[in-house]
Amino acid sequence: MDFSLNDIQQMMQDSAAKFIQNDYDFETRRGLSNSPAGYSEDNWKLFAELGWLALPIKEPYGGLDGDLVDTMVLQQEFGKGLLVEPYYATVLLGANLIQKQANDAQKLELLEQVVAGELKLALAHSEAQAAFDVSQTKTRAEKQGDQYVLNGHKAVVLGAESADYLLVPARTSGAVGDAEGITLFLIDPKSAGVQLRGYATNDGLRAADVGLTEVTVPASSILGQADSAAPAIELVLNEAIVALGAEAVGIMEKLLAATSEYIKTRQQFDQPISRFQVLQHRLADMFMETEQAKSMVYFAAMEVAKGGPEASRVASMLKVKIGSAGRLVGQQAVQLHGGMGITDELDVGHFFKRLTCINNQLGSRDYHLQSLINKAAAG
Amino acid sequence: MNVDFTNEELAFREEVREFFKHKFPAAVKDKQEKGIYLTKNDHIVWQKALYDQGWAGINWPVEHGGTGWSATQKYIFATEAAEAKSPRIIPFGLAMVAPVIYTYGSEEQKARFLPDILATNVWWCQGYSEPNAGSDLASVKTKAVRDGDSYIVSGTKTWTTLGQHADWIFCLVRTDDSGRKQQGISFLLIDMKTPGVSVTPIITIDGTHEVNEVHFDDVRVPANNLIGEEGKGWTYAKVLLTHERTGIARVAESKARLNSIKKMIDEAAARGEDLNSNAVFMARLLEIEVELKALEYTELRVLSSVSTGKAPGPESSILKIKGSEMIQMLDELVLEIAGIYALPFVPEQYTEGFDGESIGPLFAAKAAPTYYNDRKVSIYGGTNEIQKNIIAKQVLGL
Ligand SMILES: Cc1cc2nc3c(=O)[nH]c(=O)nc-3n(C[C@H](O)[C@H](O)[C@H](O)COP(=O)(O)OP(=O)(O)OC[C@H]3O[C@@H](n4cnc5c(N)ncnc54)[C@H](O)[C@@H]3O)c2cc1C
Repeated sequence: MDFSLNDIQQMMQDSAAKFIQNDYDFETRRGLSNSPAGYSEDNWKLFAELGWLALPIKEPYGGLDGDLVDTMVLQQEFGKGLLVEPYYATVLLGANLIQKQANDAQKLELLEQVVAGELKLALAHSEAQAAFDVSQTKTRAEKQGDQYVLNGHKAVVLGAESADYLLVPARTSGAVGDAEGITLFLIDPKSAGVQLRGYATNDGLRAADVGLTEVTVPASSILGQADSAAPAIELVLNEAIVALGAEAVGIMEKLLAATSEYIKTRQQFDQPISRFQVLQHRLADMFMETEQAKSMVYFAAMEVAKGGPEASRVASMLKVKIGSAGRLVGQQAVQLHGGMGITDELDVGHFFKRLTCINNQLGSRDYHLQSLINKAAAG
Repeated sequence: MNVDFTNEELAFREEVREFFKHKFPAAVKDKQEKGIYLTKNDHIVWQKALYDQGWAGINWPVEHGGTGWSATQKYIFATEAAEAKSPRIIPFGLAMVAPVIYTYGSEEQKARFLPDILATNVWWCQGYSEPNAGSDLASVKTKAVRDGDSYIVSGTKTWTTLGQHADWIFCLVRTDDSGRKQQGISFLLIDMKTPGVSVTPIITIDGTHEVNEVHFDDVRVPANNLIGEEGKGWTYAKVLLTHERTGIARVAESKARLNSIKKMIDEAAARGEDLNSNAVFMARLLEIEVELKALEYTELRVLSSVSTGKAPGPESSILKIKGSEMIQMLDELVLEIAGIYALPFVPEQYTEGFDGESIGPLFAAKAAPTYYNDRKVSIYGGTNEIQKNIIAKQVLGL
């Protein structure tokens, strides 16, 4: 048994930690988040140079062949900086899905561009009634000759406006709820009938609602085989939960450190408020939850990678833990900062906001706890 | 023991319902229904409607223009007001400084201030907290030095809610720093237009401007704006705080919100999002409903034990803690129902003038900002940790 990082992971962690510390302080991040694009192209190029864009991609496509543990290491550091670059959208969702679903020629063409920092992607999987379960997709694609016509509405697609391509799951056969019949299309967001309504999110990122009205694309824009994309999407989303979990752990560590520091310096009643035992216990609770969450991320990073039916159960377990730990740590960090905790000026509130949004992405704690109940009932 | 309404009380309830049906200003009602932020003027228009009805001084004694309502009548009013989605009454004038003025102020002060407070002609704000005096309120440092028939005030107040709108501020100031911290504090009313008063905004994490810093740079304040005796401000302030804490509980509003949450769930079901079949969510919802019922009866017990115009005792801390936790739990339910649509941050959707199509269901637009903003309710009015200290010491004698 070994929980230590290997050399490459250690290197990744160091380079990411250094980047966040030296080049990504909170005010820099705030500036990027408020800029027109919402992130920095220069940073994106730097990520390419540092190999971060190549991390989870297989060697034949110019990647570093990293596994989920590698991704976890990077994401945890990104969490500490509240990274706004569309790494999650492009690399962890988009490129990862291409890698798992597309045919070889498509992989060759697209992934090398991602690795080089020349192509950005967004995965338009979520719909109002299907934030996580892609079999619930209502967007339809009708075959007409050797073309497909898509109609539907995708909700809160992260990184959509900066993406060169959207990956759009749509139903080509079967009924809502069927595992079979989901096809993945690669769509240029500038195509006729694609309507992006972009906005900032509560945690300082960018997303868009994507309307698809009679969007007509050639059959060649199907990634991999028709009707067969659901399992790959499910696996990618399970892996994305691990990535979000790692990011959340980075955020919790940051909040724990900030709150611990704050209560040691903040004086009330002629003493540092850290003298009050009730606050000491609160910090101890935050610490324990952070550690429990981290343990769950480690467990999930190793188990989800194995795939199979157990992967989705493990991902749900992680999302439950991240949801409850994130809630406690986020809320208490704010509470212990008093009024300062809810100011826009201080970074603490922004970390709290991101933790909140993480719970609402890819199915909430309640959603995944219910999935676990369903699975337990099914035996 | 009996909580059934008498015939008179039922008639009163009809009267209140009639008021909300016909006299609740339509423009304000419309905004409330759409969840649009209210302007200063909206609040004034609404409070003046109450005043015209003779209902502005809910807790005030009759002699000063108050309603003289019984605890049951207040309960009925609060319930109906919440069901009608009426705005919260801005507490600083009507519910905070007024009781201090009519209890401890001079006849001259009562005549000078109370009528304008009752009619919402003047907007008040609360100048208690300072950068270094939050939970430890007694260590306020804003100085008031006597100079002839004036005080010269200097210092900084912070977290001043809606201070940007205010005409007057009531302050805890230090008039003496020789003895115990609590002893040298005085209660002073200051006209915000006096030279040397300046206000700077503090933006909160929901992106709104609700709180401020208020700076006093050698501000000359007439000595006849001092309430009661010099050095007794702490006693008056504490009385006011118990009023504040009871107000923060917002039980009636939470009840109305729970009802509207149930409607949101039905609407979500119509869109194909079946939260009813999520046992985890439903268990949470029902536990909250149980807790809210208990809170409602706790509030009734506390309120029925205090008579009109008087402040409740330290048991008001229960209402502050449980009421604020309730507000925050309801926020979390709404956040859950909003799902992925809790993410977009598009404040135009809940700002006056928006008539476009909403991104996702409209209620979802404000779900996260409201949840973020309401983290304040366990912080202000004395944090929940401080309230527990009060219960432990003053109620339980530990
Ligand atoms: C939105 C908002 C609006 C406000 N409006 C007003 C207003 O209009 N007028 C006004 O005067 N003030 C207002 N306040 C100020 C509010 O009353 C203070 O924020 C509050 O009293 C806490 O003080 P603080 O922020 O300095 O936190 P601190 O006192 O620094 O507390 C930090 C943390 O330490 C804990 N703590 C402190 N002492 C103890 C102890 N003895 N035992 C255990 N835990 C302890 C607290 O519970 C808290 O978790 C407002 C605050 C907010 C957030």
